[in-house]
Amino acid sequence: MSDRRTPALETKSTARAQARPAPSRLGGGLVYGLILPVAAALLYEAAFRAGLVQARLLPPPSRIAQTLWKLAVSGELIVHVMATLLRVGLGFGLGAAGGVLLGALTGASTLARRLLDPTLQALRAIPSLAWVPLFILWLGIFEPSKIALIAVGCFFPVYLGVMGAIANVDRKIVEVGRAFRLSRLRLALRILLPAILPDTIVALRSGLGLGFMFVVAAEIMGASEGLGYLLVDGQQLGKPDQILAAILCFAVLGKAMDWLILAATRPLLSWQDSFARSG
Amino acid sequence: MLSLSHLDKIYPNGAHALDDVSLDVAAGEIVALVGGSGCGKTTLLRLVSGLEAPSHGTVQVDGEAIAAPHPAVGIVFQEPRLLPWLSVAQNIGFGLEHLPASERRDLVEEALLKVGLAGYGPRWPRELSGGQAQRVSIVRALVTKPKVLLMDEPFSALDALTRATLQDHLLALWEANRPTLLLVTHDVEEAAALADRAIVMQPRPGRVFADLPIPLPRPRDRLSTGFVEAKRAILAALDGSLSQSPAAGSKVSDISAGSWW
Repeated sequence: MSDRRTPALETKSTARAQARPAPSRLGGGLVYGLILPVAAALLYEAAFRAGLVQARLLPPPSRIAQTLWKLAVSGELIVHVMATLLRVGLGFGLGAAGGVLLGALTGASTLARRLLDPTLQALRAIPSLAWVPLFILWLGIFEPSKIALIAVGCFFPVYLGVMGAIANVDRKIVEVGRAFRLSRLRLALRILLPAILPDTIVALRSGLGLGFMFVVAAEIMGASEGLGYLLVDGQQLGKPDQILAAILCFAVLGKAMDWLILAATRPLLSWQDSFARSG
Repeated sequence: MLSLSHLDKIYPNGAHALDDVSLDVAAGEIVALVGGSGCGKTTLLRLVSGLEAPSHGTVQVDGEAIAAPHPAVGIVFQEPRLLPWLSVAQNIGFGLEHLPASERRDLVEEALLKVGLAGYGPRWPRELSGGQAQRVSIVRALVTKPKVLLMDEPFSALDALTRATLQDHLLALWEANRPTLLLVTHDVEEAAALADRAIVMQPRPGRVFADLPIPLPRPRDRLSTGFVEAKRAILAALDGSLSQSPAAGSKVSDISAGSWW
């Protein structure tokens, strides 16, 4: 019956819809999300203080915080964090760019898909870590081989995601563009790009997750700085608090980067945002 | 004005969708294409829109051949097909990109007002009901002022009440510029309510079976004798089109043989 509503009523309901405060998903989610880890940390700390647990291998949160604080004050922490972030940034940038380009190519052109996709799928079947010896031979033991490994790790989820997104674009919507006589370029910009954006962002997020996975692998295999180095160092010198501090940093960094992607793309996805909220 | 001559359409899979269809439509005329499923009425519309090319024959608008989507021809699909990432106003302005922003805004505002959706411009398509979305898609096609408007069962997904309302809306919109209107429908009532002429099509392969004028004045009273007679004439032609089709005929006898009990 909404078709028969009077204009006056419609204006009123529009105003009400706009007045309704948008639930702040991030803020509310943060509070709920913190309950479990904080409670666990407090419980363990209390058990430690009461002498119920031996803390030699699993140090209490207070000691981890202490270690973190020492690393931060000495300026070491920022060096390690920046080293790791730079590797992930460069590797993810290269891998994601390649994934988007090739994914778009194979998604849009049948010829390209027939030519490229079988090879890329075969390469995907190779565990990325298997490339490490070759990369070290080719690129040396320093930064380039690490970045190459991360790039390879990030490439495949992004490639698959973008290719799938293009394949899933509704043919009927594309036809609207054709009926309005859009050129191929305009069709890509005005129909395809916005249509694949949501799936592409999901692909980028999973690519970034793999980027962090591979940066640890690369840094464990040999690095003089980086959070992965802190892990190895902590293991070799028997400092579990340092290992846990580094793990904590990974968790925070990974979450922060993921949030950055979400925050940066949110304005572009506002058309589906409240759908996700209500559904 | 709109002239289809000897249109044939055979799809690559061998399906013979249209066989030698010729039709002339005068400027401002409303023609309903009626027929059972598989009679090629949607195919015919797609050929006129230029979205598909005929295997043989030509489509002409004012003497100009249509081989690809053409600015003189607008189309409304069975589904609203609004772009979900554009606001309602941006959707309506989709075909007006070449105009300066202020002019576009005025046209869009005017269009929203005409379909009773004033103030809905900033909304997202998913916030609309089915009937509202279809109204937006109709003005999206009309706002570029095409000479020919094609509609492919535009109201088939709506409930009967909304459908009747939208049919009245459509006539009001049509009245403004009086484009030639080619409307595909399987709803006999819709054909009788809107059209100057009903073309009844016959399936396998799609052909024109009957060309029925509906000489009723507008607005039409759906309960009047003339209206009921027009509906009955279309229905009768529709029955005839199905029973004369060899494939459909054998199907009918199959069913009656199987259900003798």
